Amino acid sequence: MFTQQLLNALTLGSVYALFALGFTLVFGVLAVINLSHGAVFMVGSYAALTLVTRLHLPLGIALPAAMALSGCLGMAIDVLILKPLRARNAPHLIPMIATIGVAIMLSSAAQGIFGAEILRFPEGTIPAGEFTLGEVHVRALELSIVGISFGLMAVLFLAIRRTQLGRALRAIAESPRSASLLGINVEGLFHATSFVAAALGGVAGVLIGLNFNAITPLMGQPILHKGIAVIILGGMGDIRGALLAGLFLGFAEVMSKAYLSSQMGDAVAFGLLFLILLVRPSGLFGRVLERKA
Amino acid sequence: MSALLSVEDLAVNYGHIEAVKGIGFELEAGEITALVGANGAGKSTTLLALSGLLRPARGRVLFDGEDVTRLKPHQIVRRGLVQVAEGRAILATLSVRENLALGAYARRDPAGVAASLEEVFHLFPRLEERLEQKAGNLSGGEQQMLAIGRAMMAKPRLLLLDEPSMGLAPLLVQDIFRTLVAINRTGLTVLLVEQNVRQALRIARRGFVLETGRIVLEGSGDQLLGDPRVVEAYLGG
Repeated sequence: MFTQQLLNALTLGSVYALFALGFTLVFGVLAVINLSHGAVFMVGSYAALTLVTRLHLPLGIALPAAMALSGCLGMAIDVLILKPLRARNAPHLIPMIATIGVAIMLSSAAQGIFGAEILRFPEGTIPAGEFTLGEVHVRALELSIVGISFGLMAVLFLAIRRTQLGRALRAIAESPRSASLLGINVEGLFHATSFVAAALGGVAGVLIGLNFNAITPLMGQPILHKGIAVIILGGMGDIRGALLAGLFLGFAEVMSKAYLSSQMGDAVAFGLLFLILLVRPSGLFGRVLERKA
Repeated sequence: MSALLSVEDLAVNYGHIEAVKGIGFELEAGEITALVGANGAGKSTTLLALSGLLRPARGRVLFDGEDVTRLKPHQIVRRGLVQVAEGRAILATLSVRENLALGAYARRDPAGVAASLEEVFHLFPRLEERLEQKAGNLSGGEQQMLAIGRAMMAKPRLLLLDEPSMGLAPLLVQDIFRTLVAINRTGLTVLLVEQNVRQALRIARRGFVLETGRIVLEGSGDQLLGDPRVVEAYLGG
């Protein structure tokens, strides 16, 4: 029973981490709390569903395609909304509010196009294979979700640690002005970061849509709250922190639902987060870093 | 001799203040030129405008004949006009090695980059010893070495330095200035902005004195060092 719950927690936690990673990446590089990240997650989910139901694409193609579409949406949000705000040096709160507007627009558009009811992937789309490992029941779907999430996170982590592009992103995170004096195209990397972050958010949406087989226009809202909690717990802008905190939230939620109260899972999980923040106000990996101009 | 950089009637506003009020000067290729003046005279503002970080209200900047006035900072760097910003603007959370690697961000010639790295180690052996340390953990002098070394990694044709002596002990200042002379001997053109007027004019072939946004004096380094107005205003009589 417990190991079964561990697997559930790992599945859920890995998707939370994936979602939060994009969220924290945008915060670290663009210094914006992008509250449309949950809506992009929702759009990713609908995109995959539409590609599967309308274009009859297999999931193996629909998933990366939905990822790319979400990425384009994220980049469009940066180019059309965040960039003009940067150009006029809008105070921090303004881009955040603007992204709330984007989120509302996207979810009401989804409601207009797809209706408010829960949509599901048609039968046969989701890999149905399963096997038993000891006393644990493993679905191929869960295994794929964990594999895809960790795979993408590993690629991102290595890219940021080891490549020149990753160093450039860390330079921007510390000081956009210093970065531009090194010949780094800061605006260009803002767009690219927005693309990657939204692509990760979109893929997380597809994975959650598959895991629960339920897609709704408002599915971005609860995950957005969890994403915020995860990046605060992990330390704002910290990638390792987002990974650990995402897994932690998955575990806390699944375990409290399984052993305490099925209704109060979120209350317990968020209560725990709150307690941790009382002890470590700047999060697991939080450093108090003043950002230079 | 030809001018590598010509600045024509450059005016820059900083907020609502006209910090630079229409200045013009030329930098000869291969020379060290000093732009000196008191705090708030408009020296840093001038450099920020040259690097594209501030948009001039009017005037033109020609680099090697090309109008670079409206280019973005990264495009200006890619043309070889590289600035070491004020206050040792190293990336504190990155290692020394990563800082140096980013100096060569715009370059696509790995062999040339490796050669530049050797030159930087030759100029600043300390950096090689501290390669894997976080730049934020270096001493002030080492951070300034890193800032200059990192700029050298871009293979600049014109190096702008904003107050490289700021906050450093006198012996370190001498070291840094000696290094600038050595770098200049390899043929690199240098524009040095300094409040440390005496040291700057000693190594500069030519100098300009900036006061409240205007160039009020110019001449060879030696001339300016001997000019009674400079002596009185900047060298303490």
